[in-house]
Amino acid sequence: MRQSEFRNLQSTMGGERIPILKMGEFLLVTIQVDMHDRLALILQDDLAERICKTGARGVLIDISSLQVVDSFMGRMLGTIAAMSRILDAETVVVGMQPAVAITLVELGLSLEGVRTALNVEKGMELLRSSLGPRAKEGRDGRGRTEA
Amino acid sequence: MAVVVQKHEALQLRSDMDIVRVRQAARAWAVELGFNLVDQTKLVTAASELARNTVGWGGGGTVRLEALDDGGRQGLRLTFEDHGPGIPDIELALKDGYSTGSGLGLGLGGARRLVNEFEIVSRVGEGTRVTITMWKRGA
Repeated sequence: MRQSEFRNLQSTMGGERIPILKMGEFLLVTIQVDMHDRLALILQDDLAERICKTGARGVLIDISSLQVVDSFMGRMLGTIAAMSRILDAETVVVGMQPAVAITLVELGLSLEGVRTALNVEKGMELLRSSLGPRAKEGRDGRGRTEA
Repeated sequence: MAVVVQKHEALQLRSDMDIVRVRQAARAWAVELGFNLVDQTKLVTAASELARNTVGWGGGGTVRLEALDDGGRQGLRLTFEDHGPGIPDIELALKDGYSTGSGLGLGLGGARRLVNEFEIVSRVGEGTRVTITMWKRGA
């Protein structure tokens, strides 16, 4: 095994989790490792818990570092979107690489029910506009009402 | 002209960590053969689906990677083999949306669409062997 491969494996072992960052009313998840299936399921559970704890209204999942999204991973993204909707939060998946998008379509996975945006910035805009003034108040933390 | 196997390697498939290893090995080989990014991604995704079938449905097995040369045309062949329960109805298993709930989902039919050649042999009670081949484009 090559050393770089070994490092990749190490980084997904030993109970490591995908970090979930809180940004105002949103949660940001940046997936930077090639996740094994169990790690993906742990992320799903962790996200549900964090949405409930923080009352987050939106979840951004950045997959720009992911070179592969297979059917398992695709289903996981769909489950996260459905689950967060039930918990009153919107999910946007951002940064999908073009080769991944082409492959997903041929695989037969359309990610139904999953909203997507090209990058984190556009994803944020999408979340803000879909949540309306309430989210804007949360963003600057001053409760200012928009004109 | 006969197809020549230039290089080969076998990997064990027992856990979801092994599925990650197969993805990484398939990627490294596809890069080495000079596949373009889309073909790399398709091959690695197909490998991931089939590896999961081997681990989940087949109860574990092996994958054999082979770099091929067919009279100057280069390719990568992956053979997934298990001695699990086998697949009773292959046509049904290849249909979209078919799922046993334990790993045989979009995998089989999806993987077939992503590669140039796909072959499956399965006997109930004996196991399953799936072979996929991707050829380098424009060679």
